[in-house]
Amino acid sequence: MMALMNKMKTEKLETVETARKSSMLLEFCRRLIKSGSAKLGLFLMLFIILACVIGPYLSPYDINWRDATLMRAGPSAEHWLGCDTLGRDMLTRLLYGGQYSLLMGLLSAVIGSLLGIAVGLVAGYFGGMTETLIMRFMDVWSALPGMLLCILVSAAMGNGFGATVLALTIGSIPGVARMTRGQVLSERSREYIEAAESINCSKLSIMFKHLLPNVIQPSIVITTMSVGSTINMAASLSYIGLGIQPPSPEWGAMLADGKGYIMSDPHLIAVPGIAIALTVFAINLLGDGLRDALDPKLRG
Amino acid sequence: MADTPLLEIKHLKKYFRVPAGQNHAVDDVSFTIERGETLGVVGESGCGKSTLGRTIIRLLEATDGQVLLNGEDITHIKGKKLKEAREKLQIVFQDPYSSLNPRLRVESAIMEPLQHSGRFKSKAEMKAEANRLMELVGIDERLRQSYPHELDGGRRQRVGIARALALNPEFIVCDEPVSALDVSIQAQVLNLLMDLQDQLGMAYMFVTHDLSVVRHIANNILVMYLGQAVEKAPTEELFNEPLHPYTKALLSAIPSVDIHKPMQRIQLKGEITSPINPKPGCRFAARCPYACELCEEPQVLEEVRPNHFVQCCRCKEINGL
Repeated sequence: MMALMNKMKTEKLETVETARKSSMLLEFCRRLIKSGSAKLGLFLMLFIILACVIGPYLSPYDINWRDATLMRAGPSAEHWLGCDTLGRDMLTRLLYGGQYSLLMGLLSAVIGSLLGIAVGLVAGYFGGMTETLIMRFMDVWSALPGMLLCILVSAAMGNGFGATVLALTIGSIPGVARMTRGQVLSERSREYIEAAESINCSKLSIMFKHLLPNVIQPSIVITTMSVGSTINMAASLSYIGLGIQPPSPEWGAMLADGKGYIMSDPHLIAVPGIAIALTVFAINLLGDGLRDALDPKLRG
Repeated sequence: MADTPLLEIKHLKKYFRVPAGQNHAVDDVSFTIERGETLGVVGESGCGKSTLGRTIIRLLEATDGQVLLNGEDITHIKGKKLKEAREKLQIVFQDPYSSLNPRLRVESAIMEPLQHSGRFKSKAEMKAEANRLMELVGIDERLRQSYPHELDGGRRQRVGIARALALNPEFIVCDEPVSALDVSIQAQVLNLLMDLQDQLGMAYMFVTHDLSVVRHIANNILVMYLGQAVEKAPTEELFNEPLHPYTKALLSAIPSVDIHKPMQRIQLKGEITSPINPKPGCRFAARCPYACELCEEPQVLEEVRPNHFVQCCRCKEINGL
């Protein structure tokens, strides 16, 4: 009887725990969508992602389908956003190209931030010579203009998806590293780090279990924001002929493709241009909301 | 083995390099701590009390001198030996608001030292041990999934104490463990610490600037002034008959509640000497009413009575011993 009661008690406690964990996530989501602009950003972003993932399958046209009679044709019932310079359906290519743009932006922002956080964590925690070496290297690194760095890497590594992601990643490391190091410096002087040392925590465990969760919040926000600028950068690379190569559609490449007809057929530029602007806008709104939702001081 | 003291501190020094030179935070301090004893360490802010505690338990590296734990020199040990020594030497911090990781729940915080000790095989065993510790320090079971910011100061400090106790230490440095708490909660935590000592028999080094607290809890008291130990004596003897001029002035600052015995405050004049590159000789000389040329010579801690140590060249003369 006692055993049964005890078991019931632990079961009850466990349900309380799971309820608590899920309620925390709910609470976070609630706070995230509480602000109107974050809500708009979130839904816009979800819509863009969904459209880019599903869109190409729903389209009646293949991305390489072309009709020479429809070169630079304007929007019509058959081709909602018109056709491009070779007579291919713009909407299909826009959505398909969005997959590249979004994936490149996300991947390189996330990988770059992870590396940046790791570097900043090591520099901030170990301090001394390690820190000086790492941070001075980062200074030199960020002294090069981001675009130039991307062009250099792209030119050296060649074109294509992997190389472009690498080029974009490299550019985003120093900023995150510097910010993480700053956070670590302010956190490591607090007593719980000393307390962790006194109970024999290893350096690795102090870094990842104690410091990381307490320094990562601003990095999450910066990463989100940098997805937008990375998408921009990816588009710029394709625009100047690096990055993703034709005939693969990519927003920047589409812009480059239409640039000769900016006066006569502005939809060639407007369609991918608006797509880029809208995506970056949505991500920035989302980043703002994320910053507010993660800041414990704003917790109501 | 039986008559080696738990901790023997010999000529311990801890200097910090600062732009202006060397800050002598702890300068040539020697004393012993017996098993189960409570040593109160008092002194004004910045006199090196906390640094002394942290240097003894190897959170800071000593500049010079030795710390012997059960007769074994632990000043420069590394790796596995250091790990073992640290399990015996624990610390309770001053500010329970910053000494707990804000993202660890109570139970995980208490389980953490257990995980690193490697004494427990399964998670269930560790949970059971954490529960036992929570009961021992008086934290309600329903709080085990709470975050530190959801607890009040007293409960947080209990979590800190539970963490320190988790490894069955022989010695705990209590670094002003109650100065950040409300007065009503101070008493609870002090009583808890004393009860735990009765049950588990570890020694405390109780760092504080609160003289009433130290009188209540300590067997012996070490008085520090600018990094040096100026007097060490059993508690009652020190309070009744302080021998060092600094201790006299310090104790005279305790407000008297007896209207027939009004307090006679000894006012100290002059500036506190800088702990950065100090001159040899008595650090207190600049403010001492009894200072003379002899005080400029290096001073030694002398046992003027059984177990009563004073570092003052004019001690006998002043007190008529």
